[in-house]
Amino acid sequence: MKFKAILLTGRSLKQGMGKELSKVSEKYMESVSICEVHPKDAEELGLKEGDSIRITTQFGSIVVKCNPSQNIDKPGIIFIPYGPYANMIMGPDTDSTGMPSFKGLSAEVEPAPGERVLNVKELLSQHLRR
Amino acid sequence: MDLLIKNGVVYDPLNGIDGEVMDIAIKDNKIVEKIDESNAYVIDASNKLVMPGGVDLHSHIAGPKCNVGRMLRPEDHYKDVEPKTQVKRSGVGYSVPSSFAIGYRYAVLGYTTVFEPANPPLKMLHCHHEFKDIPILDKGCLVMFGNNWSVMEYLRDNKLDECAAYVAWTLDATKGYAIKLVDPGCVEAWKWGDVEFLDVLWGRPEAIDKPVPRFGVTAKEIVRGLCKVNKLLNLPHPIHVHANGLGTPGNYQTTIDTMDSVKDLAEEDKPIIHLTHVQFNGYAGSDWITMRSGAHEIMKYVNANKHVSLDLGQIIFTDTTTMTGDGPFEYKLHLLTKNKWTNADVETEEGAGLVPIHYKKSNFVHATMWTIGLELALLAKDPWRIFMTTDHPNGGPFTHYPRVMAWLMSKEARKRTLDKISKRARSRSDLDNMDREYSFYEIAIVTRAATAKILGLKDKGHLGVGADADVAIYDVNPREINPSSDYKKVRKALSKAACTIKDGEIIVKDGEIVKSIEGRTYWVKPNVPEDLMKAMESNLANKFRDYYTVEMENFKIPDRFITRSSPMPTYYA
Amino acid sequence: MVVIKNIVCPICGCLCDDIEATVEDNKITKVKNSCSVSATKFLNYYKERNLSPLVRKNGELKPVSLEEAVDRTAEILMNADFPVIYGFACSGCEAQAVGVELAEEVGGIIDNQTVTCHGPSALGLHDQGMPTCTLGEVRHRADLIVYWGSNFQESHPRHLARYSASSEGRFRKGRKERKLVVIDVRKTPSARLADLFIPVAPGQDYELMSALRMALQYDDIEEESVAGLPVEQVEELAEMMRSCEFGVLFYGLGLTMSRGKERNIDMAVSLVRDLNKWTKFVIMPMRGHYNVTGMNEVTAWQTGYPYAVDLSHGYPWYSPGETTFTDLLRRGECDAALIVASDPLAHFPKNVAQNLCKIPYAVIDPHLSMTALAAEVVMPCAFTGIEAEGSAYRMDTVPLPLRKVVDPPPGINSDEQLVGMILHTIRSKRR
Repeated sequence: MKFKAILLTGRSLKQGMGKELSKVSEKYMESVSICEVHPKDAEELGLKEGDSIRITTQFGSIVVKCNPSQNIDKPGIIFIPYGPYANMIMGPDTDSTGMPSFKGLSAEVEPAPGERVLNVKELLSQHLRR
Repeated sequence: MDLLIKNGVVYDPLNGIDGEVMDIAIKDNKIVEKIDESNAYVIDASNKLVMPGGVDLHSHIAGPKCNVGRMLRPEDHYKDVEPKTQVKRSGVGYSVPSSFAIGYRYAVLGYTTVFEPANPPLKMLHCHHEFKDIPILDKGCLVMFGNNWSVMEYLRDNKLDECAAYVAWTLDATKGYAIKLVDPGCVEAWKWGDVEFLDVLWGRPEAIDKPVPRFGVTAKEIVRGLCKVNKLLNLPHPIHVHANGLGTPGNYQTTIDTMDSVKDLAEEDKPIIHLTHVQFNGYAGSDWITMRSGAHEIMKYVNANKHVSLDLGQIIFTDTTTMTGDGPFEYKLHLLTKNKWTNADVETEEGAGLVPIHYKKSNFVHATMWTIGLELALLAKDPWRIFMTTDHPNGGPFTHYPRVMAWLMSKEARKRTLDKISKRARSRSDLDNMDREYSFYEIAIVTRAATAKILGLKDKGHLGVGADADVAIYDVNPREINPSSDYKKVRKALSKAACTIKDGEIIVKDGEIVKSIEGRTYWVKPNVPEDLMKAMESNLANKFRDYYTVEMENFKIPDRFITRSSPMPTYYA
Repeated sequence: MVVIKNIVCPICGCLCDDIEATVEDNKITKVKNSCSVSATKFLNYYKERNLSPLVRKNGELKPVSLEEAVDRTAEILMNADFPVIYGFACSGCEAQAVGVELAEEVGGIIDNQTVTCHGPSALGLHDQGMPTCTLGEVRHRADLIVYWGSNFQESHPRHLARYSASSEGRFRKGRKERKLVVIDVRKTPSARLADLFIPVAPGQDYELMSALRMALQYDDIEEESVAGLPVEQVEELAEMMRSCEFGVLFYGLGLTMSRGKERNIDMAVSLVRDLNKWTKFVIMPMRGHYNVTGMNEVTAWQTGYPYAVDLSHGYPWYSPGETTFTDLLRRGECDAALIVASDPLAHFPKNVAQNLCKIPYAVIDPHLSMTALAAEVVMPCAFTGIEAEGSAYRMDTVPLPLRKVVDPPPGINSDEQLVGMILHTIRSKRR
């Protein structure tokens, strides 16, 4: 079971507060390792708040926590706050502007029962410093 | 080290020296009577032109407008770069050079003091930030007050003393030098996009008597009020006015009316109002088809009235960037040219706008503008009240000053250009019939002596004992050359100083920067009677909360931001 | 105990300057007027700090003396062919100026976070200009306030109350005298406050703006819907914009990061410019980090360009897409970096971040960031605006002085001092 979605990234208040505590604090990492989905999409996949879900784009795949949210007013749209998790699945191309395409990427969402959200060090060792 | 400039041909109009061969002695950073030659570094200036360092009273070199100009125009920078050297920071920019480049380029021209003419009080810290990065030059900044809510309200309510206290407080808080007015009253209307009000004002002289909507005070009353404030505070420079109706056919009358509106306030034979970049405010005719020069009418008035001084705002045929506190004018220019447009209204105070422009010889309007600037200069009877500027970068980059000097000094140079401009513009202009040619002495007046005097800088613009050791030496012998025919040689010599000395240090040698030093920041510290200041200040913090989005405390600029701070105290009349 | 008033908040582009802090034993214990993000910083700035310079030895970051850390950084930059100095959006203008000087000295790139926030706004400005104003103008005059692609309630929590719809101005007394429109792809907390929420389809902002421009000219739009909206709604919105007395378009990363990028800004500026034929209308980017605007200003007056400046030629050169840090990393062109108060490893796309991990770089940051964890050198610094003086530019380019409210921890320098030390070390090594 999976569905296709448009992936958006952006700021959230918790992320804003978390980053002021320290960019490696648990609070910050928690605030940016979530994915807002439309409640109907969540229901169809049998997902509750806090369940692990895997988001996959053409650039990569990452596990985050599901967060059914009224911020998403249309099914088929998902949102992950700015931060290292979102970036693991973002593309590098900037269309000659310097700006990567952080909003509006095609993605697939699927439940990831039993899979764990990585912490900072794991992100570094498994994704970045290879 | 002591310096001795030997055998130069010296032009020092403030001391009446007109091309005498003499020595100039420098000890530390001052001109002195005599020094011990055996201990001095001797500069052989024989057969060379020696003048005080140039003093520019109106050139947009620092602050928010300039920086928007830089950001607006990368295409301006690619074509003009300034590489890093052992002594120079790098930079770019033709019409809107980066800060370091401004200092170097002025120094190469032999200029050592330059005043930025228009910053809004709220953004003055930006100006001081950039001043810190303009090397070599001594600087000061004129602060805009002509559309300030508090000023308009004080004047409407006839509270002149409070208005003076408010202006004094603001100049002190922001470390500004003088009172600038830009399109008084109209920028406030523009902030509503009040085109109806502006339409009336653009090009209709009677409109300076029309009250500004919501404030009930007229442009004329603002000019008069601030002129009185200027006198009360005894500021070193007269009010510096960018008159209403800039860039509109018919505006010459508005310019004359603005000058005339303070005539009765004159006391001695010295200017109490400075009209700036008058070329842009000197158009006769009623539209772009009937447009012609209003220079004759304006100069008739100026020659007969000693309470007025003006600067040219000469245009150069080139690509440049217009920038002014006159937001409504820039919108109009954008509509005319369709070029990219930036507007920047500033709460409670002023506004600004920018539009790039390319002045073309073939364009009738541009060609006419070019003739007006030169006509103003050639019709002036008293060179002490008319100053050479291009209103950098509005008329063209300051790096073209030698070109303007050549036009002033040579009828042939003018003819060479006249041959190439729009025939209609040429036929409508008197320039072909004007035979006057400026002498080196007069050039020294309009580029340093008179500008230093009108700015109230007693140690600048001359080479007498006690003056600041700011000297320019050019590789041209004024006793031999005939500028009228050899204007190209003169222009070349004036473009690259053989030597520029600032504060007693050799900065430029053979047209190249050999050393860079920090320049001063001049600002005024007006003293106002204590009880008056207290009364005004009593409700200032509340007013700040009502009018601004910053606290009064954070509006005041701490001393740590001022480079080589040189406060100038003044005393209440 | 002292109470210090009117502190400028060093968090977001709002630079609220009315923060009141209670200081006890050189520690801020209470704070007034702060939003939740600001309060989090003022009350926690001293926690989870790394107080020791670190240098990587045998694969591990080890505590070292500051001299050693500075020296190692100098070496990294001097040994590089094409180093990048990056960051400074959370530094004072004074540190930023030294940063530019350092980039010039080592012949590298000076770039900042603009590249991943409002870089496209700079490109839009180059193309079209920008009719704008200071925030007080909005407060006093605006009767129509449009936020496009900006979730201001979460990114700039006090923006609405201090500067826009809910503020009390001279000619507008408050929320009731203004209309608030939010255009976004999500129904964010900000959207829920709006009088009118326009749910634009993701990636179709350009189409919507074009349609609005057509509607303004009374052109017929030969479609039934645009960007997921019925044409009637587009025409209604155009009419609303045309008929206000003073309108403002605040836009966020919703326009700069999504499809179209700088073309979106080009179109947004064109829309606002067109509106000026009918009424007064201004536009303003919602700048994020508190002094990213200042970094653009400083870089512009020193080099002529606002970001992504290449100083390797001996004079400034600028070509976003080529000289931007993201693209340099993507193509693997830079070979060392100094990163100041920024966390690119957490904020650049994976492939770009991976390439950063492959080059030696040093980090200056008050906290240990993810970027610091993978660095060669880490130097702790003070928080400017809390522990060190400085100055910053608000999102509307109003400059404000930043204050030192408390002393930094013993032995901790400001970023301005640290970058200065690196510059000095490089110069003395070269002599």
